[in-house]
Amino acid sequence: MYWEQDKECMPRADLEQLQLERLQSTLYRVATHVPFYRRKFRELNIDPDGFRSLEELQTLPFTTKDDLRNNYPYGLFAVPLRDIVRVHSSSGTTGTATVVGYTKNDIKNWSNLTARVLAGAGVGKDDVVQIAFGYGLFTGGFGLHYGAERIGASVIPISSGNTKRQIQIMQDFKTTALICTPSYALLLADTMLEMNININALDLRFGLFGGEPWSEGMRNEIQTKLNIIATDNYGLSEVMGPGVAGECQERKGLHINEDHFLIEIIDPETLEPVEPGETGEVVLTTLTKEGFPVIRYRTRDLTRLIEEPCPCGRTMRRMERILGRTDDMLIIKGVNVYPMQIEAILFDIKGTEPHYQIIVEREGRLDKVTVMVEVVESIFFDQMKKQRQLVDLIKSRLASELGISVDVKLVEEKSLERFEGKAIRVIDKRKL
Amino acid sequence: MLKIKNLEAGYGKLRVLKRISMHVDPGEIVTIIGANGAGKTTLLYTISGIIKPTDGEINLFSTSLDKIKPEKIVSMGCSLVPEGRQVFATMSVKENLILGSYVQSKKKGYDKEGELQNIYNIFPVLKERKSQLAGTLSGGEQQMLAMGRALMAKPKLIMMDEPSTGLAPLIVKDIFQIIFRLRQAGNTVLLVEQNAKAALGIADRGYVLETGKIILQGPAQDLLDNNDVQRAYLGRDVDSQGASCEV
Repeated sequence: MYWEQDKECMPRADLEQLQLERLQSTLYRVATHVPFYRRKFRELNIDPDGFRSLEELQTLPFTTKDDLRNNYPYGLFAVPLRDIVRVHSSSGTTGTATVVGYTKNDIKNWSNLTARVLAGAGVGKDDVVQIAFGYGLFTGGFGLHYGAERIGASVIPISSGNTKRQIQIMQDFKTTALICTPSYALLLADTMLEMNININALDLRFGLFGGEPWSEGMRNEIQTKLNIIATDNYGLSEVMGPGVAGECQERKGLHINEDHFLIEIIDPETLEPVEPGETGEVVLTTLTKEGFPVIRYRTRDLTRLIEEPCPCGRTMRRMERILGRTDDMLIIKGVNVYPMQIEAILFDIKGTEPHYQIIVEREGRLDKVTVMVEVVESIFFDQMKKQRQLVDLIKSRLASELGISVDVKLVEEKSLERFEGKAIRVIDKRKL
Repeated sequence: MLKIKNLEAGYGKLRVLKRISMHVDPGEIVTIIGANGAGKTTLLYTISGIIKPTDGEINLFSTSLDKIKPEKIVSMGCSLVPEGRQVFATMSVKENLILGSYVQSKKKGYDKEGELQNIYNIFPVLKERKSQLAGTLSGGEQQMLAMGRALMAKPKLIMMDEPSTGLAPLIVKDIFQIIFRLRQAGNTVLLVEQNAKAALGIADRGYVLETGKIILQGPAQDLLDNNDVQRAYLGRDVDSQGASCEV
């Protein structure tokens, strides 16, 4: 299902023309209205009026989270505050919050882009959409809320938390589409299982999950447990919020809304673009934002681009699911390890539950990693031998795929903490 | 239909257009708004081939306009309705219209009488006055004649330079309604206007030209909602109390 077919399926040549036009006027605006960019362009001797092709994007400076923090709260706004109709703030996953502002047109574009994501995932005007993302300063709730309303769906703005009530409402209000973090979807599923609720009696058909990285194994688990089509969507408040990219029902990567955002994938070390299809850090430039445009924002999210066209007919390129964050990256005994790699392996092994925690410590001068993973009850109460075998299996899989040895501890079901928002998977005691 | 990348043009040493990129898709009304001297007319003249660009590229119907003569551009299907009408005052209305068919009349299967009838259907007043000298028409009628003359060439893209200039507000409304109807009949229009409100009111998309640069672009409604456009071109005091009550 398309929302704006003429745009989502536009020929690449037309898209590139549009991107160039929009980028040129964005550069003019930031150079005129945002002192930070004006200074940066001057320092680097960049003439924003001389910008002639999308390939020249690489000559422009990056914008980082620190730049946003240094200009807290309104320093990077490109319009006077009186033109701002909404202020949001980053979820503060890492450190100090950052502030972003939206004009009336920004909110309109945002609604359209989240509507694209929702329509691509299967949501239509007959759907009842339960939005269990937090409302408030976090962009997740409001962003998808606008899109769902734009489509004409019935929106339940329940916000996050209160799992029992979520389930009650899901049953009573005949929710057909659930929107939350993937880890919360699993928590809902497990709670319903515990409450002996017949999943098949629910009206639920679609789930749109985002806000944290998740694996294919986790998708399968959610799809089976909730009997739905689960799609991934991506966004970040610094760039707009949800609506930057989203999966279509093919579920083979997230279509980037390239008419509104330019994407680059760079090597986070060298800052050079990676080879096509290689994994690296996502860098985004906004093309239509009025209130808070950003040039080459380093997202710290890691993924790769999929250049092949998608069978769904959209011409917007896809990116693979977020594989992790550059600041999630653990350097263990000199090896780069992402929690998502560990998750993918755990999901592959029978008998484990999709709840885990990675603990990194330093013993003497050596790093030590312990993966705590929940296992199904039957194994836990069974003989020691079976447990031993499972531990060995996980250890050897992790060792062969990560290249480092890892300790594995099996824990009882539900003994690890559950999260209503973004899950905390890594505890790095080395820094404490 | 029309794609322009990094276009630069001017007169002698004077650089009027500075790196213009824009496009027009089939079936759209696209407007270029801007103040006097922003470069609007220069842009239309450059597309028409009257002024040669010093840099950049223009693609019309997937053909590069580099080194193509103005008359060839008209016969490719791109007509200009110049600012100030510029009808031939001492010729009759009908003669003016027939002049517009000049490039087409050499082509096989061109039905001049049929086209004249089409024009008379769009502008009934021109039929009434077909034998009258064009110089005796009112300003609004002359504008219609200039539009009719351009349409006689059966353009795929019709470019209009300030059709509202010097016309009474009521007549401006008529002219814009006709432009809107032209689009509904399948024409593609590139409309250059100082009257930002009227132009954005009928356009699909717009570009804001300021001292030879495009400083803003987007759907016409977005530009109408943009506070910078409102302040600079719509004469609305968005910061006053009254404006905020209006919303």
